[in-house]
Amino acid sequence: MAVSSPPVPRHKSKINWTPYLFLVGPLALYLVWIIAPMLYTFYLSLTDWDGISPEAKYIGLKNFSSLFGSFGKRVPSAFEYSLLNNIKWLLTFITVPVGIGLGLAMILNQDVKGDRYFKLGIFLPQVLSLPVIALLWSYGVYNPEAGVINSFLIRIGVSDPPAWLADKQLVIWAIIGAAAWRQIGYIMILYVAGLKNVDPTLLDASKVDGANGWQRFRHVVFPLLAPVTTIVIVISIIDSLRSFDMVWVMTKGGPANASNVLAVLMYIQSFNNYRMGLGAATAVVLFLISLVFIVAYLSRVMKDELEY
Amino acid sequence: MTTNTQSLSTPVAKSMKKSSLFNKIFLYTFLVVFTLSYMTPFFSAILTSVRTQDDISLNGFFSIPREIVWGNYPEAWSRGGVSKYMINSFIITIPALIGTIFLSSLSAYALARFKFPGNKLLYFMYVAGTMLPFQILLLPVFLLTNKLGLYNTYWGVILIHTAFQLGFCTFVLRNFMRTVPGEIMEAARIDGASEWGIYWKIMMPLTVPAIAAVSTLEFTWIFNDYLWAIILVQNDDLKPVTAGLSTLQGQFVTNWPLIVAGALIATVPTLIVFFALQRYFIGGLTLGSGK
Repeated sequence: MAVSSPPVPRHKSKINWTPYLFLVGPLALYLVWIIAPMLYTFYLSLTDWDGISPEAKYIGLKNFSSLFGSFGKRVPSAFEYSLLNNIKWLLTFITVPVGIGLGLAMILNQDVKGDRYFKLGIFLPQVLSLPVIALLWSYGVYNPEAGVINSFLIRIGVSDPPAWLADKQLVIWAIIGAAAWRQIGYIMILYVAGLKNVDPTLLDASKVDGANGWQRFRHVVFPLLAPVTTIVIVISIIDSLRSFDMVWVMTKGGPANASNVLAVLMYIQSFNNYRMGLGAATAVVLFLISLVFIVAYLSRVMKDELEY
Repeated sequence: MTTNTQSLSTPVAKSMKKSSLFNKIFLYTFLVVFTLSYMTPFFSAILTSVRTQDDISLNGFFSIPREIVWGNYPEAWSRGGVSKYMINSFIITIPALIGTIFLSSLSAYALARFKFPGNKLLYFMYVAGTMLPFQILLLPVFLLTNKLGLYNTYWGVILIHTAFQLGFCTFVLRNFMRTVPGEIMEAARIDGASEWGIYWKIMMPLTVPAIAAVSTLEFTWIFNDYLWAIILVQNDDLKPVTAGLSTLQGQFVTNWPLIVAGALIATVPTLIVFFALQRYFIGGLTLGSGK
């Protein structure tokens, strides 16, 4: 339409350029460093680029078929391990820290004197960086000779305690455990904030109606916390898909891929094996999984926006 | 925070007034035991850091330390290079923090106060951007810093942090700015203030509480970054402390107490910021988790 309309000056309201002037700086930076790189990763995922040669050959979806084609072998592929570990991480994150965080928030929301100190102690790990947490747990907790757990097990007479981070079965759970430890305080704080918005008269009313503690939680408090729960679940999912630091510092994905996750695999493919195309494809898979939850969350934000 | 919790819990607590002393004792015992055991990794790290390698590897954690040695801290600080890494962390974090807060306040102002086509779209783009997995940006950002000659400099890391954090900061600041009554700005406009003047002299001062909250959070997030640091910086002299700890780990493979001491030193800045600005930190988290 713009093309066909004659170049006659029209009495349309003038465009207000002010917002665009405010936007131009941040938006330019965002386009160059976030949006364009994202699109470029999609392109790279369709090539066989090795990171060194000047040319990247277009190979279609070959990278993806080699990732997914590796499924179901007798010895699981690195990709299969990584995907499964991400799923384990995700399922643990949306249940265990969420349950414990909510429980703690409920307990501390009662008339507890000194509740701040308990909250502080439990929230503290959230302030530390992931590499630091990884080191504290590797050396202080999981160290096979000197860590808290094995020192204790040896003291009580266990002769052959597990070598946590070197044990193929246990390693991923050990890392998820340390990550969950950091997560609980965050979830607790979000629920504490959410509980502040729960109208106490509703609780009193249900109390008068003869509801017991569990029923009050189940039928009054928990439904009222639904918006917080949505956020908490989204944050937990996104965090679990992003997980890189803990694994990289604690095990680099080993032993033999047993603790690999997609983010680490992508790094290894790209920077250790010089298969940037394949690395990009792994990143795209990770992105597409995240996208499901990003879209779910956005649609919620959008609903809020339209209510304005 | 505490006062609000009280005003909510008091009526509930009153209705349960007859809950016995036994319950109370049980509750406190549980909380004290839980919180203390929750902090075990801290305590164990502190105890490990003041022992010698021989002592701890021979006798295990649950043994009386032969001697308490403080030397691991100065050793990690000077010979282990933690002092240098720590300075690098600040050199990266502070400009990135200032840049992202300033730029996001501009876009937040535009999105909060003006109606224009694409407003909502840009807002959703920023919100979605906060949740991206970094891996989808990793290779191109690595290539871009190489092309621009920013690989192995502070600037590559500073720029990617500034850009990536725009999403979250714009999201929080925009929502906060929307709560500022429009009449204040209308009055200024009638008085002949320029758009820039309104943004800088009226909106920004009113947004200070939100800026304080976001800055506290962002300081911690940028300071704690590890991934971008290892991707974009290879020169050991430029590494921030998160990445430097890996070097330390490689350098002192057989001295766990020293590595742990280094890790503990690395926690100090974020702990100070957290304790000093707790209220803002928690406020930022709840603001950021969406209304």
